[in-house]
Amino acid sequence: MTHAHDPSLNYLNCRKGLRSWLGTLDHKRIGVMYMWSIIASMILGGILAMLIRAELWAPNNGDPAQAVLSQDTYNQFFTLHGAIMIFLVIIPSIPAALGNFVLPMMLGAKDVAFPRINRLSYHLYLIGAALLVVSILTGGLDTGWTFYAPYSTTTETSVVVAVFGAFVLGFSSIFTGLNFIVTIHKMRPPGMGWFKMPLFLWALYATSIIQILATPVLGLALMLIAVERIMGVGIFNPELGGDPVLFQHLFWFYSHPAVYVMILPAMGVLSECFATFSRKHIFGYRFIAYSSIAIAIFSFIVWGHHMFVSGQSQLASVIFSALTFSVAIPSAIKVFNWVATMYKGSVSLDTPMLYALSVIWLFGIGGLTGLFLATLSTDIHLHDTYFVVAHFHFVMVGSALFSFLAGVHYWWPKMFGVMYREWPGRIACAVSFVGFNLTFIPQFLAGTHGMPRRYWDYHPMYEPYNKVSTIGAVILGLGLVWALVNLLRSFGSGRQAPANPWGAATLEWMTPSPAPPHNFDFAPAVGDPYDMDLVRYDESIDGYVPVRPHPDDPHIPLVEPAEQEDEQ
Amino acid sequence: MSQAKLAHHFESVEQQFDTAKLGMWIFLLTEIMFFSVLFVAYTVYRASHADAFQYASQFLDTNLGAANTLLLLLSSFTAAWAVRCAQLGQKRGLMLNLLVTVVCALGFMGIKYHEYSHKYHEGLLWGGARHSIFKADPAQVLPEMKHGHEGGGESVWESHHVETMDPALKKQVGIFFGIYFCLTGLHGIHVLVGIGVMLWLLWRASRDHFGPDNFTAVDLGALYWHLVDLIWIFLFPLLYLIS
Repeated sequence: MTHAHDPSLNYLNCRKGLRSWLGTLDHKRIGVMYMWSIIASMILGGILAMLIRAELWAPNNGDPAQAVLSQDTYNQFFTLHGAIMIFLVIIPSIPAALGNFVLPMMLGAKDVAFPRINRLSYHLYLIGAALLVVSILTGGLDTGWTFYAPYSTTTETSVVVAVFGAFVLGFSSIFTGLNFIVTIHKMRPPGMGWFKMPLFLWALYATSIIQILATPVLGLALMLIAVERIMGVGIFNPELGGDPVLFQHLFWFYSHPAVYVMILPAMGVLSECFATFSRKHIFGYRFIAYSSIAIAIFSFIVWGHHMFVSGQSQLASVIFSALTFSVAIPSAIKVFNWVATMYKGSVSLDTPMLYALSVIWLFGIGGLTGLFLATLSTDIHLHDTYFVVAHFHFVMVGSALFSFLAGVHYWWPKMFGVMYREWPGRIACAVSFVGFNLTFIPQFLAGTHGMPRRYWDYHPMYEPYNKVSTIGAVILGLGLVWALVNLLRSFGSGRQAPANPWGAATLEWMTPSPAPPHNFDFAPAVGDPYDMDLVRYDESIDGYVPVRPHPDDPHIPLVEPAEQEDEQ
Repeated sequence: MSQAKLAHHFESVEQQFDTAKLGMWIFLLTEIMFFSVLFVAYTVYRASHADAFQYASQFLDTNLGAANTLLLLLSSFTAAWAVRCAQLGQKRGLMLNLLVTVVCALGFMGIKYHEYSHKYHEGLLWGGARHSIFKADPAQVLPEMKHGHEGGGESVWESHHVETMDPALKKQVGIFFGIYFCLTGLHGIHVLVGIGVMLWLLWRASRDHFGPDNFTAVDLGALYWHLVDLIWIFLFPLLYLIS
């Protein structure tokens, strides 16, 4: 490329105008657009969450006059909060935004395998998001994000538009997964065997397997809901001889693995953060890599644990319960390895690391309370209570979203070439952490005392829990807004980011920040992604530089041929 | 005959070809998972209501189904031959084979249209459809459906004693037709997409886009077409040949 040697040109300023963004094929720009779209959706979903918490601040005593929201509005708001946060925020958050940005760079490649399909994936995301908004404007949606039949096939709200939106978003997700699998298979650079890949790529690979195999099932199950509403095909309608439990099976066959679409890439981000900020080789590389694949495989055989009270056979429930426990093994392997990575490392508590450390606590609670719900007898008691709500928020928000924030802070310098201020970032993280625990720990307690989820009103005995929870939600909201403001302020006042601010050894840091249009001016040689001795701290730029720079490009470390040969 | 264009992010034409092919295979995997939903629904209901399925299957025309099977098998053969022609740089053979593929696909859709319209007129539909004779509540059956349509001899209604049928069985027959129309409808949509792909390939072939060094698109289009064919190979016995 002619402009490759102009150091002032990067992927952000090489072309200008809205069309150069919306029509771009550059994975970095697509990733960045995904990120802003996801943040916008998160704000919308967050406002809905605050309104829900406002409604639950005090009991209504069954009197709509005392309520903040009417019953129908409340039903629509919790449905939309769930649908937006799951389909528009958490599922695409790490893979589509951070994964798109980082994956080709980690491979030393110029782009993903199919840039056009990547762009199509983003456009489908926009269309799907628009359809969800249309469904809000044309009657709302009150089925819960689960779309359970037969309610979803009989309610008056605009289910057809919403399921079509979810269907389109599903294809957006499938295309991202397809792209990642093919890119990882076919575009690894010479010298990068499977076990020399950064663990984030293993995590994305496992995620992509779930995306391509599970998402189509949800897509067609939702289409059958639409067909049922439009034409009266009664596959899920008991009045016509159909079976509503079949819908639950199909729904959870996707939606349980979808939980791992949320958490697996989050675990990948954490693996990068713990190694980098401990300045130490990741502990148990192969165990972490294999555990990602193990989680992806297990994810397909545990969906029945959402249906213990649906009337499925007792034998099935027992088997699903036992299989569900097995997911704890690979999950715990990861956590132990992260902790072991920190042991005797020189840990620095930068903002991404603080988020990562928060996740160990939050994922610990979220994961362990999952075991209560996997146990048949306790699940009968806890099913459809706030215990479940608290559990999945600990996993989806506490683990997946906090990891997303860790990743955004970690790769922010590479994305925009500026450093945010550390201290406000750390404090925002701490505020969010406190607010999160304050919001959801009381919900565990309310749940064990039997407070049902999705209700507009509650018995006055649950009032203290709900008061604390709403206060916590406000604090959490403040923390998240603070983090966002701190990030945005870096555009005005942030100092120029060095190529490698954290001292990581993965390839995306071996090129200037922000990255050049084609990622690398010079194809990087591949070393061990966690060999922290490849880089050293350079005070003059407050960043890291290769110990032995490559003669052709100062950003790239010189890797001895002998080092490339060991291990595959 | 043109050379393959190497996109900027690939190292070699081989890498580009391998990448495209793997991408197509993974896409086909998602297609199989897509159809699997209806195959699961079919399996569940057939296992629990074998009698209803056996009864309902009689209403399908085995001869037309067999004819469609032959058409698709032939079209798959010509699609594969088209790939070979592209690899050998035989433009005429390529275009001829693509054309036969399109004609077979159109023939398939024609027969399918004939079957659908026949079923619509006879009321052989799912239980929730307005014209269905398989409504759970006999009072809801439209009067004209009980007596067949004008000029159409003995109606299905009379020949199969739908009126005296056990209501539970009738519901299950309705489910069979629901699954029949969803499965064949979804498959039909894929055939239409396939026709579009083949016409696009034909147009590109006419402009000399393909040759021994550049046949990726033909190869991938044919792969897709084989899957569409293969799904029908499963649909035909599962729906038409129950006994």
